[in-house]
Amino acid sequence: MAARDQHGAEAPWDQGFRVVGKENRKVDGLSKATGEAIYTDDIQLPGMLHAKMLRSPHPHARVLSVDTSKAEALPGVVGVLVGAELPVRYGVIPWTPDETALAVDKVRFIGDEVAAVAAVDEDTANEALDLIEVEYEVLDAILDPEQALVTPEPPIHEDRKRRDNISKHVELEFGDVAAQVEDADVVIEGDYTFHSTTHAAIEPHCAVAQPNSDGRITLWSSTQITHYVHRALARVLELDPARIRVIQPCLGGGFGGKSDPFSLEFVVAQLALKTGRPVKMLWTREEVFYAHRGRHPMKMHYRTTAKADGTITGVDAKLLIDGGSYSSFGLVTTYYSGQLLTGPYAFPNYRFDSTRVFTNRPPNGPKRGHGSVQPRFAFEIQLDEVAEQLSIDPIEIRRRNFLGEHTETVNGQRVTSNGFMQCLEEVEKASDWRERRGKLPFGRGLGVAGSMYISGTNYPVYPNKMPQAGVQLKIDRSGLVTVFTGGNDIGQGSNSMVAYLVAEELGIKVEHVKVVAADTDLCPVDLGAYSSRVTFMVGNAAIDGARKLRKQIVEAVAKNWEVEPRDVRLMDGTVVDLSAEARSMTHVEAFHLAEEMFDTLGSTGAYNTPTLGGDYRGGTIGSSPAYSFTAHVADVEVDTETGRITVNKVWVAHDCGRALNPMIVRGQMEGSTYMGAAEVSLESHHLNRFGLHAGPSLLDYRIPTSVDTPELEALIVESIDPEGPFGAKEAGEGPLHSTIPAIANAVFDAVGIRLRHLPFTPAKVLAALRAKEEQA
Amino acid sequence: MLRLPKFEVKNPATAEEAVAMILEIEGDARFIAGGTDLNPNMKHGLFAPERVIALNGIGELQGIRLDEDGSMRIGAMATLAEVTKHAELNQFYPALCQAAKLVSGPQLRNMGTLGGNVMLDTRCQWYNQTYFWRKSLGYCMKKDGSKCHVVEGGSKCVAAASNDTAPALMTLNAELEFVTTEGRARLPIADLWQADGIWNKKLPHTALLVAIHLPKPAANSHGAYGKLRDRGSVDFPLFGIAARLNFGSDGTIEDAALCAVALQARPWPLKKAASLLIGTHPGKDDFNDAVEKVANLAAKQCRPMPNIPGDHEYRHLMVPVFTRRTLHAAASDEGPVHHV
Repeated sequence: MAARDQHGAEAPWDQGFRVVGKENRKVDGLSKATGEAIYTDDIQLPGMLHAKMLRSPHPHARVLSVDTSKAEALPGVVGVLVGAELPVRYGVIPWTPDETALAVDKVRFIGDEVAAVAAVDEDTANEALDLIEVEYEVLDAILDPEQALVTPEPPIHEDRKRRDNISKHVELEFGDVAAQVEDADVVIEGDYTFHSTTHAAIEPHCAVAQPNSDGRITLWSSTQITHYVHRALARVLELDPARIRVIQPCLGGGFGGKSDPFSLEFVVAQLALKTGRPVKMLWTREEVFYAHRGRHPMKMHYRTTAKADGTITGVDAKLLIDGGSYSSFGLVTTYYSGQLLTGPYAFPNYRFDSTRVFTNRPPNGPKRGHGSVQPRFAFEIQLDEVAEQLSIDPIEIRRRNFLGEHTETVNGQRVTSNGFMQCLEEVEKASDWRERRGKLPFGRGLGVAGSMYISGTNYPVYPNKMPQAGVQLKIDRSGLVTVFTGGNDIGQGSNSMVAYLVAEELGIKVEHVKVVAADTDLCPVDLGAYSSRVTFMVGNAAIDGARKLRKQIVEAVAKNWEVEPRDVRLMDGTVVDLSAEARSMTHVEAFHLAEEMFDTLGSTGAYNTPTLGGDYRGGTIGSSPAYSFTAHVADVEVDTETGRITVNKVWVAHDCGRALNPMIVRGQMEGSTYMGAAEVSLESHHLNRFGLHAGPSLLDYRIPTSVDTPELEALIVESIDPEGPFGAKEAGEGPLHSTIPAIANAVFDAVGIRLRHLPFTPAKVLAALRAKEEQA
Repeated sequence: MLRLPKFEVKNPATAEEAVAMILEIEGDARFIAGGTDLNPNMKHGLFAPERVIALNGIGELQGIRLDEDGSMRIGAMATLAEVTKHAELNQFYPALCQAAKLVSGPQLRNMGTLGGNVMLDTRCQWYNQTYFWRKSLGYCMKKDGSKCHVVEGGSKCVAAASNDTAPALMTLNAELEFVTTEGRARLPIADLWQADGIWNKKLPHTALLVAIHLPKPAANSHGAYGKLRDRGSVDFPLFGIAARLNFGSDGTIEDAALCAVALQARPWPLKKAASLLIGTHPGKDDFNDAVEKVANLAAKQCRPMPNIPGDHEYRHLMVPVFTRRTLHAAASDEGPVHHV
């Protein structure tokens, strides 16, 4: 880690924070509220064509031939594209490039892309799709991960080294878990299921490509990862990346569902090059469900051993992960499924054995809380069972196993700040836990769970020693500071964070900072919006860049006033002299003095993680410069006649290091908790017996409406991380995790049943209640 | 975004003109009321009319009024939101207002009409899907194909009546006023339905529903509607049941009606079950005992199929629960029976 990467958690000027910690409006708030913001689908270019995708009706088939002649002959059709024209494989993880823009040899799920048409309008393009004749040789489909595990033939991906359907296998052991069983006072062992859910961002995927007469091409795309899309485009289009410009316009939600390069990006680019005209493709909601990359379904077996005082001695996990049809982030998912469980509790012995398999289902990928929401669900229920067997209060057992701060996990991850104990205290107090838990009438209950998550990952998806985040600052004589960042604001507010941090560091008002983001021609590289990394990494880079400018400005003013630099203070756009003489100037005047002294003003800032992670294969995956911590308490009611679980209220306490804007942090905490609660009993990305998504629409995929949403209370905990930007850590993904087990544990308190298999449908609740009655 | 087919729009001023317009072209034509059902269905390629006839300019289809004989006349274009808020309807026909209030969500109730809900197309998880989706499975007998995916090898379409207000109107013995080429006619709502999921009405789609007439209520009439669904809003019923109970002067039940929906092609009247309630005393044991019997009988008579989304065995388990709860709600002027 370079000196540039640490800036201290204290306010940069001695008057305390002027911007950070305040409830400033999001920089793009008004433009979104008024409809002025430009999303990808808002882009209309002269001569623009509309493209549509032909998709596979079979879950697994060989593509024998594609005849596009009739489609090409349809008046209004300008370009048609088939897989053979874009045969280069890609994948977001460079080690597993197993996708092509359009099917080259095989289709691997219902909805897999086969061909594309660009036409003068959408209706003509749709009509042309029906004229494309595809000859398939239908193959046996593997829809069940258990089946994939034991069925090497037919391999869904044929040209890999291994001839089977295993996408990735990771087995790591720290200490000796088996040895703990004999000495344990309690052994809890059980099976858990996490089902398939998707992101359901309100904006469907969209891309627009424009060919330029100088041989360059511009792509606007609703992506979370401009930089990786840029790299993938260059690879697949076989073009010099310097000739490709990728821009992410305003984005209508991602949640991980826009963090792979997608077929439509390559297809519109190639069609634009082929036709010489701009091309747009906007996916329907149905197509977004097929593109998926949602949460990996997992079948999990856990065994936890503990002593009589509640101390955990070992955790042993075996996980079967349904990867769906492609690798996507699967290598990372497989590691995350084990690597991220080792806090907020300490346990000296840990083993996980995770296997990701290919199936003929829409590909799974990262969804908010990538790879770690599922294990967290299983483990937090086990922990509740340990507490129950030992008659220890569920909050108390979590305290007793606290990992501590400035320490290391059993798998060698460095943990800095850790506010988990305060999180527990906040939810305990707010929910009136001591008075209510275990004392509510039958049918109503409280449950608790805790979790931790990364603030960015130490592991860039392609190995390199360059910074993980970069910014560039430019000062205008008007007093406006423009910050260029490759970071992707996907609605989480990262551009706002950059503006607040630069304003704070320079002592100017937020309105004097403009952020230009996610444009590969203009902005220095940032790796993108995933793994909760943007605020932490781009934030640190922004402070780094602003601090350099600040030094120049202070020096110029000090020289002009003939005072020491320490006597110059910038505050809300005014420069004041702290020495005896009372005088001031505007920040604009100060900028002019600095420009006179140093010539044109500008700076760069960068961030790279320290060297982190355990010294073993995969030891860097899951290592993060800082971890966030969360505790949830849920208050639920169970209707024992209908089996319906009603979540009355969820309290969520989250250690975000420092809340750069408490309003946005609370928004992230509420949104995460809402999303977690939605996965408990409503949302299910369910395939029917043909392998076709049972209801790819927002009518049949039940995202909760406002009346289905529990009351949410967000309690911010600030542990002030030594390495975060002014002490901040992530808030966008961590607060999802423990929502789900907290609800499961509350159901146990309410009616005495342990639900271990998501989703908790009313039918399953009724069956569990019946089983309990029969036992009694 | 899914695309609508191309069609011409006509704006008739009278019901008779509308019927003439639907018949005068050879290709398919459709009436559009609020459009909340037809528009998504057209986007899914379930209908591709050449002509769409908008009903919002026809005066007699608007409004809700009390007629001189004490009956209510609800124009077919009265929105579900209007029905929900109407004072007399709430007072005398609570089951209808409760059912209307549980149709979809607020925005769709502002557009959707009572007439449209009565005439709603049947629904099925294998049918209410896009063109690509249906084509992938070789379509089904309700549209473009010959198979049934609900009952493999089945020869009759079992798409489900999914209109919440239909069972309520059935218990209220509503009469439907239609204009057809034959002229104007009133039909008891019970006589509208046929057991065919492809088209579950005995009149063709070219018949125009102009009004729903509710007979003058008995002096002491009570009612309620119960609806099972996953979410607290938006969703179609997974099971619905309407109840009407008329109390005599001594507080005993003189007349009772029950009707269920979201089972098969037709709304499902439960006459025999309802008759068990007659002569019992709400608030007393004989009523409670009768309700249990009714609930058990309803479970025998109502057999949910895997036609609409969700677990049909669970839906079956909920038949007695919702029947019992809805009857108790009707007797005590509570309701609707719904989880939020």
